[in-house]
Amino acid sequence: MQRKAGNPSITEPLPVRALLMLAAIGYIGILVILPLAAVFSEALRQGIDAYFVALHEPNAIYAIHLTLLVAAIAVPANLIFGICASWAIAKFEFTGKRLLITFIDLPFSVSPVISGLIYILLFGAHSALGQWLADHDIQIVFAVPGLVIATIFVTFPFVARELIPLMQEQGIEEEEAAIMLGANGFRTFMSVTLPNIKWGLLYGVLLCNARAMGEFGAVSVVSGHIRGETNTIPLHVEILYNEYNFVAAFAVASILTILAVVTLLLKTIIEIKYAREIQAQ
Amino acid sequence: MAIEVKNIRKQFGDFTALGDVNLRVADGELMALLGPSGSGKTTLLRIIAGLEQADGGQVFIDGREANRLHVKERNVGFVFQHYALFKHMTVFENVAFGLRVRPRALRHSKAEIEHRVMALLSLVHLDKFYDRYPSQLSGGQRQRVALARSLAVEPKLLLLDEPFGALDAKVRKELRRWLRRLHDDIHITSIFVTHDQEEAMEVSDRVVVMNHGKIEQVGTPEEVYHQPTNGFVYDFLGNYNEFAGWRDDNGEVHLAEDDIWESSISSAPPSVVAGIKSGWMTRYPEIMGAIRRVVPGLALPHETPSNSTAKSRSKTRSSPLSERGTPVRVFARPHEMFVATTPDDAHEYIPVTVGHINPAGALAKIEMERKNGVILQAEIPKTIIDSLAIKRGDSIFVRPKNVRVFE
Repeated sequence: MQRKAGNPSITEPLPVRALLMLAAIGYIGILVILPLAAVFSEALRQGIDAYFVALHEPNAIYAIHLTLLVAAIAVPANLIFGICASWAIAKFEFTGKRLLITFIDLPFSVSPVISGLIYILLFGAHSALGQWLADHDIQIVFAVPGLVIATIFVTFPFVARELIPLMQEQGIEEEEAAIMLGANGFRTFMSVTLPNIKWGLLYGVLLCNARAMGEFGAVSVVSGHIRGETNTIPLHVEILYNEYNFVAAFAVASILTILAVVTLLLKTIIEIKYAREIQAQ
Repeated sequence: MAIEVKNIRKQFGDFTALGDVNLRVADGELMALLGPSGSGKTTLLRIIAGLEQADGGQVFIDGREANRLHVKERNVGFVFQHYALFKHMTVFENVAFGLRVRPRALRHSKAEIEHRVMALLSLVHLDKFYDRYPSQLSGGQRQRVALARSLAVEPKLLLLDEPFGALDAKVRKELRRWLRRLHDDIHITSIFVTHDQEEAMEVSDRVVVMNHGKIEQVGTPEEVYHQPTNGFVYDFLGNYNEFAGWRDDNGEVHLAEDDIWESSISSAPPSVVAGIKSGWMTRYPEIMGAIRRVVPGLALPHETPSNSTAKSRSKTRSSPLSERGTPVRVFARPHEMFVATTPDDAHEYIPVTVGHINPAGALAKIEMERKNGVILQAEIPKTIIDSLAIKRGDSIFVRPKNVRVFE
């Protein structure tokens, strides 16, 4: 049972409570809500028509397409990787397990700009690998593959990090039961493991997707900012802004903002459903 | 289906879970693996199931070496302690799972599966609950679903890992009886793991007592209870009172006074008892090794009041047990204790103070504290307690009627 915080003998005096609440609301208001509102007000400054004109500009449309394409590759890739990694970590014992967990966390601790640079050094024209790629006419950096790889790198912890604790907590008894009943590995995964992790998985995918679409640092380094070729939404926003094209910049930015709000909404719905299901058990 | 386990070994890092275990389970037998936690009983069960790989040794299922056999091919039903039901499936779907995952060629028709699942559910008295989810069932019901699920694939061998461990006492007893009846009906070779000696005694045909990865004794409940081969088995199969003693050169067993005990066997854990403050000392006629015997009444020192015994007694009182003979452990079950409110001349008694009395049942359970602080337990017919009017705080006298001696 959760206690209501109204008990006067354990709660803080009114002035303290008021101060804390004011601080929290003020902080969120200034740092989150105000800028969010600013995005839309700036975007609509010259009216709704200018807003849509800005969005219909070919480079803007291309940036939106490219962002969706990168996310459409990076998210499923990290979904599969996340399930594999968390399955291995939660259900098996092997040497190097701790090391693997540490490596999964790496993209969280390394600055995205650095990770972008690493790929430039790895695949760029000056490296041996880059030379080989150039000889075979494969372009990675300053091209779409580079964007995809950088995005995968930056977002790969999201699904795995969400699933590892969940799967560890659930243990392997249900899987063992399924195997004792004659199910093969694939069947066991599809009809036993997957239903048990579906909410956590969805949650991880959502966070992964939000980050994949909004990623700036790593993508900025590997992209080379070629307009209409390697510009995703965040990069396009930056270019427009640097050109003092504020309405267009904020109009494109508002697309990202809407994506973020939708993600947040879905996340909240999942959390509520998930909590209900946990409670039902 | 007969099972044979030969020289099975299993290590977990430095921990020896199983050290060279050999066991035969006859066709149609219901066998209990009994032991404290960490004794290796669950590991043995999981190795037989194929869920765990042994480091060495072989398992034969029906004469066929099973080491290379995949879990699927062993035809084994397994019931987990925490049920391991599929949470997102209904009771019906849980039980049907094993039938539905069969290869197409071996799979029954949909109607056939339905018929069999419902038959199994009525066997476990859950046919009315077929569309419920596991979360809507009680613990006992869940375990019955788990049982029905494991039986659905018509296993030749049923393995149960602490099947009733997570249930409350009353449900546990019901399910125990029910499992026994079920086994009597379908005669499937079954092995179940338990740490509850009462459960093992009540349900199984034979009991395997395990400790530290080794089998201590295999026998019928009657055998392991009344003819335990060593102190561990005796200890594990029931409550007991323990006294220190020693065996002299003539093979006679003596109980020790506690001052000697405490100064001599310091390695004994403090919870392990003994000694008699009152200078009570009694000789037991020889007891062959670990074989039980009945002592009709304890011989009195003053029945042979020669000077020499008196002398030797005063001499021995101060010398350690090991110098006087072979130190032994003397045990008596609580129901083998005799109480009196006044000591009579024919026997010597241990003076004790009555502690808690649990009067539930025909036998009252009494806790008594000795002068040295050690607690003794006795189970005395309620009628005797009533006629003696024993209550908490009384000073009374107690002696074991029947003892077992282990070295």
